[in-house]
Amino acid sequence: MSTNNAYTLLDVEDLTMRFGGLVAVNKVKLDIQSGQIVSIIGPNGAGKTTVFNCLTGFYKPSDGRISYKGDNITGSKNHQISRMGIVRTFQHVRLFKNMTVLENLLVAQHRHLNTGLLSGLFKTPSYKRSEQEALDRASRWLERVDLKDMANRDAGNLAYGQQRRLEIARCMVTQPELLMLDEPAAGLNPRETEELDELICELRDHHNVSVLLIEHDMKLVMGISDHIYVINQGTPLANGKPDEIKNNPDVIKAYLGEA
Amino acid sequence: MNAVAFQNGFKNAAITSVVFVILAGMMMGIQLIPSGTGLSIELAEPVRLETLAGAVLALFLFQLFREPLSGLWHNAKSALPLPEQGLAEALQTQGEKHPRLKQLAIAFLLAGLIIWPFYASRGSVDLATLALIYVMLGLGLNIVVGLAGLLDLGYVGFYAVGAYSYALLNQYLGLDFWSCLLIGGLVAAFFGFILGFPVLRLRGDYLAIVTLGFGEIIRILLLNWTSITGGPNGISQIPKPTLFGLEFSRTAKEEGNVPFHEFFGIDYSSGYKVIFLYLLALLLVVATIWVINRLLRMPIGRAWEALREDDIACQSLGMNKTAIKLSAFTIGAAFAGFAGTFFAARQGFISPESFTFIESAIILAIVVLGGMGSQLGVVLAAIIMTILPELAREFNEYRMLMFGLLMVLMMIWRPSGLLPMKRPHIALKESGNKQTSPVTQPAKAA
Ligand SMILES: Nc1ncnc2c1ncn2[C@@H]1O[C@H](COP(=O)(O)OP(=O)(O)OP(=O)(O)O)[C@@H](O)[C@H]1O
Ligand SMILES: [Mg+2]
Repeated sequence: MSTNNAYTLLDVEDLTMRFGGLVAVNKVKLDIQSGQIVSIIGPNGAGKTTVFNCLTGFYKPSDGRISYKGDNITGSKNHQISRMGIVRTFQHVRLFKNMTVLENLLVAQHRHLNTGLLSGLFKTPSYKRSEQEALDRASRWLERVDLKDMANRDAGNLAYGQQRRLEIARCMVTQPELLMLDEPAAGLNPRETEELDELICELRDHHNVSVLLIEHDMKLVMGISDHIYVINQGTPLANGKPDEIKNNPDVIKAYLGEA
Repeated sequence: MNAVAFQNGFKNAAITSVVFVILAGMMMGIQLIPSGTGLSIELAEPVRLETLAGAVLALFLFQLFREPLSGLWHNAKSALPLPEQGLAEALQTQGEKHPRLKQLAIAFLLAGLIIWPFYASRGSVDLATLALIYVMLGLGLNIVVGLAGLLDLGYVGFYAVGAYSYALLNQYLGLDFWSCLLIGGLVAAFFGFILGFPVLRLRGDYLAIVTLGFGEIIRILLLNWTSITGGPNGISQIPKPTLFGLEFSRTAKEEGNVPFHEFFGIDYSSGYKVIFLYLLALLLVVATIWVINRLLRMPIGRAWEALREDDIACQSLGMNKTAIKLSAFTIGAAFAGFAGTFFAARQGFISPESFTFIESAIILAIVVLGGMGSQLGVVLAAIIMTILPELAREFNEYRMLMFGLLMVLMMIWRPSGLLPMKRPHIALKESGNKQTSPVTQPAKAA
């Protein structure tokens, strides 16, 4: 994607989330341009996942404003937000474990499918067409994440790395514009992490998605990100290009130094 | 068995026996005898005390030797040549491999079920009709509990709504069975919808309690709204279904109608009516199975299951949790409505007594026993649950006890039901080019 027609995809102003007395997220600012890979880093408990939960509507932010492609989406319900094109993965994989791999991908395409009761009961042509399209899309993504042979296995029986890949594929079949990944490399071996790196770049380069990434693997983050935000104890600490972050003394003190 | 294990086993057995003696002794070992103005406590008859003593001994021995016994059982189980998942699994896999054979088998089964009543006794056909009603109820509740994972303890309420809508519409407006079948289903679905709306944001236990309440409210409403529903006296003389306007009575009840036997010029027999009702129930059950089978393979059915698996993931994928739950609740209620309408027509008489909580419990037991989500399992369980009590008439008093025992045994041997649900296998087309070509999507307007 050429950078000259890039636009602001997500713009977050002063996002604050309080749980009782605890301020988990404190005035976080962040913006994502289309076609970018943006990372959020910070020590454990910094509030990164909470930011995700606010952005995707799982939590109603205590304060602040989130706008997506110019529309204010603060306080929208999570299914509405995901229908606008923001989908996420979870820090702890959340697959439909007792359903097959393929069914996981079909469920994800729910809103693209013909869900009419009668058209489904009597298999009208338009129903069959949409079902076939969904199958084809699922099939292509399974091939891409190397799970096609597993299509009819229960998702819960996959190896951990495969489950992670399936979760990303499940997001992609919804045809999102912003993909939010919460620690996608956690628990992966070095080879799998490298494949993940390639996959994320490919998504950005060939599938018109921007990526917001939470990750503790510094090698991955530094290599892949266009922009990095550092959060410490809920408060923004720094942001900038990977090189700037690497050399920022505050960041080194709060995070990298400890790691 | 080493000494420590034996000691543990002994302790365990002793405790269990003492608890048993206390509980059973209080419940069965003593009697309250009215004497004068008060009550006096006396020991039960010696026979019963002997039985109790026997039971204590058996329990003690069982607990003591439980470990070696269960070891034996496991050995026996693994020694048996049965495959792990047994017959049902094998049948299902075979069915997938040979779709033709499966169709043939289904056709034969259906033909058998249609021919059977003409040779069977009147009583058994009647019983089979009852079983078919429970099959329908089980399949309907299976949508709500087994597929969508919503614990509904008030399902019988929708059954009652279906039954009463036919009875009342017939009594007051003179509508016939066939139009009421549709209306009954729709009215029940409507009730499911409006009752579901406020309660579906509740989870698990809370949902169960509230639905339980709704079931009771409907029953109590029917009981107390005497001016319309007849209260505890119920509604009687509900007409039987007709076959394209032909009645199955000796003489036509309605002006200008011809009874079935006169139309065909055969002798009157009350057996025709029983067979007709059975065939009608069979038709309804087949239709139910067909519809639910389709639903399962449709986006809506998959959404129900996904919601049961992980509602947070569902929402993050853009699915509206409330709408999906509501659809399960509504569609499930509709099937109860159909079953209710048919029930009213078959009985000819309904009263709130037919729609007590115990009915909900039985239907739920059918779903759990059959295997949550499994259609075939639910059908089998419904048949077992209706026919067993009839076969075991002599044990009538102990019906609930046997029912409990059956449940406990099932939980031990087959915790996921008689025939656990099996995932549908969807074949994917082999793509022509094997190389990992980048997946191309239509470019989005940027
Ligand atoms: N629902 C909640 N209720 C109360 N406190 C919460 C809630 N969710 C998160 N928190 C708190 O907010 C803080 C930030 O948690 P969060 O999960 O966002 O951290 P994180 O940066 O994702 O950490 P990690 O790297 O370990 O995943 C923690 O102190 C956590 O206990
Ligand atoms: Mg986190």
